Amino acid sequence: MERQPRRRGRTLQRLGAPLSSGAGVKLRIDGIAKRYGPVVALEPLSLEVRSGELLTILGPSGSGKTTLLQVICGLVEPDAGRLFIDGHDRTVMPVHQREIGLVFQNYALFPHLTVAENVGFPLKMRGRPAGEIRDRVATALTMVQLGHLGGRFPRELSGGQQQRVALARCFVYQPAIILMDEPLGALDRQLREHMQIEIKRLHRETGATIIYVTHDQEEALALSDRICLMNHARIEQVGTPQEIYEHPRTAFTAGFIGTSTLLRGQVEGDALATPHGRFALPPGSTATGAAALVIRPEHLRLGPGPNAIRGVVAETVYAGAETRLLFDLADGTGAALRLPTGTTPPEIGTEVEAHWTTETAVLVPL
Amino acid sequence: MTRRLGPALYAVPGIAFLAVFFLYPVLRLLALSLQAEGTGEFTLGHYQHALGTEVYLRVLGITFTIAAETTLGALLLGYPLAHWLARLPEARRGWLVMLVMIPFWTSYLVKTFAWMITLDQNGVMNRMLLATGAVDTPLEVLHGRIGVMIGMVHAMLPLAVLTMLPVMVAVDRQLPRAAGTLGAPPGQVFWRVQFHLSLPGLAAAGLLVFITSLGFFITPALLGGPRDTMLAQLVISQVQEMMNWGLAGALAVMMLAAALVTCWVYDRLFGLSTVSGQASAKPRRGQAALRTAGLSILSAVAAAHVALGSAMARLVGRRVLGWLLPAYAALVLLFLGAPTLVVVPMGFTDSSFLGFPPPGYSLRWFEVYFGSPLWLGATLRSFIVAFGTACLATLLGGLAALALARSQSRWQGAIFALFLAPMIVPRIVVALALFYLFAQLGLVATEAGLVLGHAVLALPFTFVTMAAVLKGYDWRLDQAAATLGATRFRILTQVTVPLLKGGLVAAFLFAFITSFDDLTVALFVSGGVTTTLPKQMWDDMILQLNPTLAAVSVVVFVLVTALLVTAERLRKPKG
Repeated sequence: MERQPRRRGRTLQRLGAPLSSGAGVKLRIDGIAKRYGPVVALEPLSLEVRSGELLTILGPSGSGKTTLLQVICGLVEPDAGRLFIDGHDRTVMPVHQREIGLVFQNYALFPHLTVAENVGFPLKMRGRPAGEIRDRVATALTMVQLGHLGGRFPRELSGGQQQRVALARCFVYQPAIILMDEPLGALDRQLREHMQIEIKRLHRETGATIIYVTHDQEEALALSDRICLMNHARIEQVGTPQEIYEHPRTAFTAGFIGTSTLLRGQVEGDALATPHGRFALPPGSTATGAAALVIRPEHLRLGPGPNAIRGVVAETVYAGAETRLLFDLADGTGAALRLPTGTTPPEIGTEVEAHWTTETAVLVPL
Repeated sequence: MTRRLGPALYAVPGIAFLAVFFLYPVLRLLALSLQAEGTGEFTLGHYQHALGTEVYLRVLGITFTIAAETTLGALLLGYPLAHWLARLPEARRGWLVMLVMIPFWTSYLVKTFAWMITLDQNGVMNRMLLATGAVDTPLEVLHGRIGVMIGMVHAMLPLAVLTMLPVMVAVDRQLPRAAGTLGAPPGQVFWRVQFHLSLPGLAAAGLLVFITSLGFFITPALLGGPRDTMLAQLVISQVQEMMNWGLAGALAVMMLAAALVTCWVYDRLFGLSTVSGQASAKPRRGQAALRTAGLSILSAVAAAHVALGSAMARLVGRRVLGWLLPAYAALVLLFLGAPTLVVVPMGFTDSSFLGFPPPGYSLRWFEVYFGSPLWLGATLRSFIVAFGTACLATLLGGLAALALARSQSRWQGAIFALFLAPMIVPRIVVALALFYLFAQLGLVATEAGLVLGHAVLALPFTFVTMAAVLKGYDWRLDQAAATLGATRFRILTQVTVPLLKGGLVAAFLFAFITSFDDLTVALFVSGGVTTTLPKQMWDDMILQLNPTLAAVSVVVFVLVTALLVTAERLRKPKG
């Protein structure tokens, strides 16, 4: 999954500022594979994580993302492949020497230690002097806005506060890489969005390299510098949120990130032959044989055009800033388009026609 | 008003029962110890006598020493085993825990009998030692302090392990992992996280073992010599031989006071709810100094452990170190199981002596057992009494557990403490108190008296079992049944009871075993012809060891194990 230099340049530009040691590779995974008996948890896969970036590992449950995370932090030993941190082979190093921070799904705060003792734990393990521990714990707690709660025990805190303690405990010892395993999974939606902003801020302020595991595509789009999309124990696509959304390379990517209309057919010359008609291929398409056109809802407009499909309105969903119109094509294929606010949506059951411009669609192989 | 009180009323029968057959007799015993013989005037004479006589003081000292040493021994042997069991995958742990459960429920008499024939001058141990050339002359362990300690630690070890285990299992498995990712080497992980979080369990185990040991008499009487006499033996002889109720009462009250003080100290430090297996990691406020001191001790121990660990790892290799704990656990399990393994072949001997290995095998001693009206009568009586006890204790304990689960009464804590109290008050005290009460009511040497007494002992077990089952019960299922049109009666018979059946049967069987095994109450309350099986075994063991005892032991062991396995299977939720 090597990235082209062109894309790399673009990522950094989008970030606004180069972080820490420029575009140096922090973590390199080389042919890592894992199986549990007959179950393949990870097909051999390779991935590079750059210094100071926030990379999301996104995928449905069972896609292998948690196994990959456990291999990286040393809780699970891979069957094959190597793992390099800052260029040093770390494949077999025991977990406590790896200098990797892990933020657990359920926080894993020590219930018998106070908040300050929890945050100070990694520093104690590193034999730091008491004075330094006190100062750094105070700084870390202030950073997550919990400076006043150091003497409390974890069970006396709310879910969001516990999450902040877990973050502080991880950031305080400045590990080479911070892994986060669905850290916001237990929080309600509003708090989750708030904590996403918090994590982005911490990332920006500390310049830490973060690998963030989630199954929530919205969260991945909102947080990441790059997304590594996984499915069936392999990497489906790696790229910036924009690349993944606008240029999905597989039907799975197109379906998993955002909603889209998928028109399946056969490539015949410069067009795709589908049950709904022949449509021009977008420029730069390389797929041959069985393929599908992916059209995002914002690119589909009501009304006739050169590339148009017809269907019956199945549902209209009002979502504040927009109204989503779901309609079914003749063979049952579902299609979706976005109506700007203020437009009166057509009645359910009426027939509609929608079109798109050739360049806005993406052709993916099937 | 009724609606609010409704569920709490279920506890009333149990409370009334305990008030009459537990609280009142114990208080009566207390009063007795403060009354002058004959006149009934208030006096501290019995206590002065008890504390002023050198023999009694020495027995008091011996009792505390043996109890403390037993506690230490049981914890040292039990902790690593429990730690190892707690970290096993659940399925494997299940059947290994049975290897602890079986000795836990095996009659003290059977266990002690096993040690008597194992530690004897011509017993298994000495034969093995002589054969391997480890010693030249047989060791005299029996009728001495070492024999008592072996027997006591062995008897208390399962209690220690089974008390610690739930607390250890409840520790989130992520925490050691988290400590690892934060840079803690295994030694630090153990002391700072796992050991620290298991402290309430360790302390609870220490508490229960210490209290139970305080009131023990079977092991010291049969395995010890005159210099190992414990308080309970003294109490028994005061009542049975001297009929000195005042002094016996004073001694019992002192034992009770020691138990209660231990409980109080424990409650101050950890909170009593841990005893029932509910892990509580909540550190109490206002103990900052104690906590800081504890933390620094732990950190020093952890540092030493890590240093030692890495030195050892260089010396013998990490792989060998990794086998240390399983090997230790296996040895402890062997120590737990070995005595019973010795008894089984003894039951089938064709000799009139209890030599090991038996010269030949036969069913001769089983024939003696099944041909003896005395043994069979005792067995039958034990069955009847155990059945009655189980019915009564399950009903009272189940109702009380239901009351606790369904009401938000502020008396919950008190109810909980009351129903667990018979477990904390030494059995000998309960037995003595009941003897005095039953003597007045004419219940001595009756089956009814035995059932009532055993029900007091069994109530904590049925109550805890049912409380645990009800805690996991989803009451919305009842509501669901109601919305689907079921009447109250049908909800009870078709939803609630079928779902709780496993727990009910388990509680019943635990109560059954408690009664079937009891010697303490039977020692006083059964008299003359109404002897129970344990009482008959005790009388035989005091008089003369014989192979019939081995045969009886095998029968009791097999029976109790079968009941226990059934109870355990039913207690676990299916699927």
